[in-house]
Amino acid sequence: MLWHGDRDLRGVDAVILPGGFSYGDYLRCGAIARFAPVMSELVPAARAGLPVLGICNGFQILCEAHLLPGALTRNAALRFITRDLRLRVENTRTAWTRAYSGGEQIVVPLKSGEGAYAADPGTLADLEASGQVVIRYASDNPNGSADGIAGVCNAEGNVVGLMPHPEHAVDSLTGPSADGLGFFASVVAAGVMT
Amino acid sequence: MTATDTVAGAAATAGLPQPFAELGLTQAEYEKIVDTLGRRPTSAELALYSVMWSEHCSYKSSKVHLRQFAAKAPPSDALLAGIGHNAGVVDIGQGYAVTFKIESHNHPSYVEPHQGAATGVGGIVRDILAMGARPVAVMDALRFGPASAPDTGRVLPGVVSGISFYGNCLGLPNIGGELDFDPSYAGNPLVNALCVGVMRHGDLQVASASGPGNQVILFGSTTGPDGVGGASVLASATFGEVKGGGEVGGGESAKRPSVQVGDPFTEKLLVECCLELFAGGLVVGIQDLGAAGIACATTELTAGGTGGMLVRLDAVPLRDASLGPPEILMSESQERMMAVVEPARVEAFLAVCAKWDVRAAVIGEVTDTGRLVMTWHGEPVVDIPPSSAADGPVYARPAERPAAQDALAADDPAALPRLADGDGLRADLLALLSSPGLADKSWVTDQYDRYVRGDTVLAMPEDGGLIRVDETTGLGIALATDGNGRYCRLDPYLGTQLALSEAYRNVAATGASPLAVTNCLNFGSPEDPAVMWQFAEAVRGLADGCAVLGVPVTGGNVSFYNQTGTVAIHPTPVIGVLGVHDDVRRRLSVGFPDVSGPASIVLLGRTGEEFGGSAWAHVLHGHLGGRPPAPDLDAERRLAALLVAAAEAGLLSSAHDLSDGGLAVALAESCLRGGVGCAVRLPGDPFTALFSESAGRAIVAVRPGAEAAFGQLRDAHGVAGETIGTAGGDSLVVDGCFAIPLTELAAVHGQTLPALFG
Repeated sequence: MLWHGDRDLRGVDAVILPGGFSYGDYLRCGAIARFAPVMSELVPAARAGLPVLGICNGFQILCEAHLLPGALTRNAALRFITRDLRLRVENTRTAWTRAYSGGEQIVVPLKSGEGAYAADPGTLADLEASGQVVIRYASDNPNGSADGIAGVCNAEGNVVGLMPHPEHAVDSLTGPSADGLGFFASVVAAGVMT
Repeated sequence: MTATDTVAGAAATAGLPQPFAELGLTQAEYEKIVDTLGRRPTSAELALYSVMWSEHCSYKSSKVHLRQFAAKAPPSDALLAGIGHNAGVVDIGQGYAVTFKIESHNHPSYVEPHQGAATGVGGIVRDILAMGARPVAVMDALRFGPASAPDTGRVLPGVVSGISFYGNCLGLPNIGGELDFDPSYAGNPLVNALCVGVMRHGDLQVASASGPGNQVILFGSTTGPDGVGGASVLASATFGEVKGGGEVGGGESAKRPSVQVGDPFTEKLLVECCLELFAGGLVVGIQDLGAAGIACATTELTAGGTGGMLVRLDAVPLRDASLGPPEILMSESQERMMAVVEPARVEAFLAVCAKWDVRAAVIGEVTDTGRLVMTWHGEPVVDIPPSSAADGPVYARPAERPAAQDALAADDPAALPRLADGDGLRADLLALLSSPGLADKSWVTDQYDRYVRGDTVLAMPEDGGLIRVDETTGLGIALATDGNGRYCRLDPYLGTQLALSEAYRNVAATGASPLAVTNCLNFGSPEDPAVMWQFAEAVRGLADGCAVLGVPVTGGNVSFYNQTGTVAIHPTPVIGVLGVHDDVRRRLSVGFPDVSGPASIVLLGRTGEEFGGSAWAHVLHGHLGGRPPAPDLDAERRLAALLVAAAEAGLLSSAHDLSDGGLAVALAESCLRGGVGCAVRLPGDPFTALFSESAGRAIVAVRPGAEAAFGQLRDAHGVAGETIGTAGGDSLVVDGCFAIPLTELAAVHGQTLPALFG
C-alpha cells in the first residue's frame, strides 16, 4: 500500500486509486486528494504509461488531476445510491479490461453520491469516436451520467476510471457476482504484476 | 472575559443564587451537591453535575429496574465484559470477541435531522472503538410519524441523509435495521443507531484512569460550543413544555445550537489512529467523549480508576476561544477521545496521532488524591469526589398501570370486518405491502453503503445482517433489531418479549446461533406513573425473556421524555440480538431459490387467530386494541435451533421469519427477494392463515431431495410444521384465493416510499 503523504511509488507496477471519501469529500470529490504528495509522482508515471485504475473516489481524483477527461457531478436525484447494476464493457483494449470480451455485460455494485459523469459535447464526441468510453450502464442510467457513461480511459488506455466498484464483485458470497474480477485479472495477465 | 468562578470564590460566596433549575437539576439534587461539597458548587461544577446527573447520563429513573438484567441473566460463558462498560463484549470463538450496542439519538434528530442522526452514528461507533474493537458494521432502527405528514417529509429525508453521510464516509457497511411509521412518533421520531465491532480476545481496553502520574490526553477534534448542554437540555426537557430561562427557552429554534455537528472524516482518522495506538500498547485506559463530553470522560475514567485526576482545562484545544470552564466541560463536540498514557509512552502516542493528522493535547494526569480537580489558568474551578458525579441519584419513581389499559385490551380486533373472499384477501395483501411500514425500503437503504469493507454476506432486506469475520474459517456474526410499539402499547411485558423473540428469530433465520442481547428503551416521561409502569413491565419482560432464551443482556441505552406535551410515544423497546455463524457460506437468504426442481415451502410453528396490534388491524382499520400475540419462548428456542441445524446440514435454500403482516407478507417478500414465485395451499381459515401474527413462525424452502431429512430434523427439534406449497413460477399463487404476478407485487411494494419522499 502506498501512503498518501509519501512522494514515492516504491517501484510498483500498477496503481489502484480506491474508492472512499478522501478528506471527507467536504469539498468537490477528489479536489483535495489530487494535491496529495503521492500524486506528484503518480501523475507523471501515469502519463509515461503506468497502469492506473481509479474506482469511484479514485475516478474522481483522476478527473480532478486531469489524467482523465470530464468530471463527476451530483447524482440526478441528489441522493447517494447503492445499487447492483448491469454494465456493458465497451472497450477491451485497456490495461484493465483485456480479460473481458467486447460488449460483455457484467453486474457490479455502484455506490456513490457524485457519480454523474459530465463533459462538454465535444469531449463526449471525441470519447465515443476514440473508444475511450470503457464502461456504460447497460440497463437504466442510475445517476444521470452523460450517454450512460460509467467509466472512461485516457487516449493510451493505461489509465481507467469508473464509478462502480469491481472489488465488490469478486465473490458471490460478498457481492452480487464475481464479474468484477476481470479488471484485476486484466492487469495481472498483461504481465505488469507478477 | 468575566471573572472565573473558582473553588475559593465559591467557598466565600455561600448562598449565591445559581441557575440549577435551568440546567435541569431539582432543588433536592442541588442541595445534595452542596452537601457533598460542603459549599455551593462553582459554575463549572454545577455544569458538570447537571450533565452527569441528567437522565441521559445517570440512568437515575431506570437504574432500579435495569438491575434485573444482571440479576436474572442466564448462565453464559460467552460474556467477556458485561453491563457497566461502554459496551458488552462477547466471545464468538476462534479467539475473536465482538462488542455491540444500540443507542438513541431521538431528540437531536427531531431538532436537526441530518446532523442529529449523523452524530448518532458517530457516537455509537466511538463507544465500540473505546472497547478496543474495530467497528465493522452499523444498523439503524428508525420510527417516524405518519408517512404522509408534512413534518415526516422534513425529518425522514434528513435522518436518512445524515446516516448515509456519516456512515458511508466512515467506511462502515449499514447492514439492516428498521423503518416504521405511527402517529405516536409524530413529535418524537426514534433514531436508534447500532454499531458492532470485532477484536481479538487480548485487545479489550478499559475505561479507567489508573496509575498516579500517568498522563491524560485529549485527542481528535477541537472543542467548540456545539452541543453545550445537549445532554441535559435535549434529553431531559420535554418538547412543548420547555423550562424557562436563558439558552434553554424558546422552543425548537433555540435548541438548534444544542445539536452537535458531525465530521466523519475526522472520525475515520480517529478510528485508525486508536487502533494503531491499541496495537502499539500505548494506552492504559480510554474513554470516548459522547454525551456530557469532558465532564463525563474525566469523571468516569477517574471513578473507575485510581480515584484522582488533575485536569488543566485551559490546555483543551478550542475552536472557540471564548469558551470558559462550564462550556468546555459540557461541550459535546464530536470525534473526541480521552486516553490515559504512561509518561514514557506519551511521545510515541503523539507520534501516532501526528501520522493520522489527529490533534492531541496532554491536559492532565492521574493522581491518588481521591479528588477530581480541574484548574483554569492555575486556579481550581472543580474539586469533587469523582464517584459523586459518576454515580448520580437513584429514583424509584412511582409506577401505575393506567386504568385505560383495560378498555384497550377489551377492544378486540375480532370485531373488525373481514374480507374473506379471494378478491378481498388479495386487496388486503396489496394494501399491506404498499403501506409505508411494510413497503419496499430501498428508497432509504439504497442511500447506505452495504458493501464497504467487503465482508457483508447479508444485508437489508434480509431478516438479519451477516458479516464475515474470518475469511479462512467462514466465522461470522449476524445481527437483527426489532421493536413493535403497537404490541408494547397493548402489553409492554409481552410486547417486549415479542420484540426479543423476533430479533432472536431473525438472527436464526440467517443460520446463526443467537448469543447476546442489547437494547434501546424508548419511552415517554419517567415522571408519568403510567409511562414508568410501561418501562418497568418492558424491562421485566426482557429480563425474563432473556433468561428463558439463554441469551444475556450485555448493555443498552434508555431514552426517556419521548413525548409531546403530555402524550407519550408508544412504549418502544428496540431489541438487538447478536448471533454467531459458524460458516457464513451456509447462510440462508429470505429469497425463494431459483432451482430446477420445485423446492417445498414449509410453514414452521403454530398459527392462532392473533390480530391484536397486527399490521392488518393497523393498516386496514387504523385499529389498535386487544391483546398482542402470545410469545412462546420455548418454541422460539426450538425453532431457532432447528433453523441453525438445518442451515448447517445444508437442507434449506431460504428462510424467512413471520412477523408484521403474517404469512401473506412473508410469502410476498420471499418471492420478491428471490425473483421467484410460489404456489401455496392455506391450512385452515384463509384469512387467519394469511394475516395472523402468531409468534414463533417461519417459512423455509427445502432443498429438493432434502425433504425427508428436514422432516426428521424438525421432528427431533419438536417444531410444528406443514408443507404448504412449492417455490417457482412468476406469480404468488394462493390456491382457491388469488394469484398476483411478481411484476404487480413489485410495483405495489416499490412505489410507496418514492411517491412520498421523491
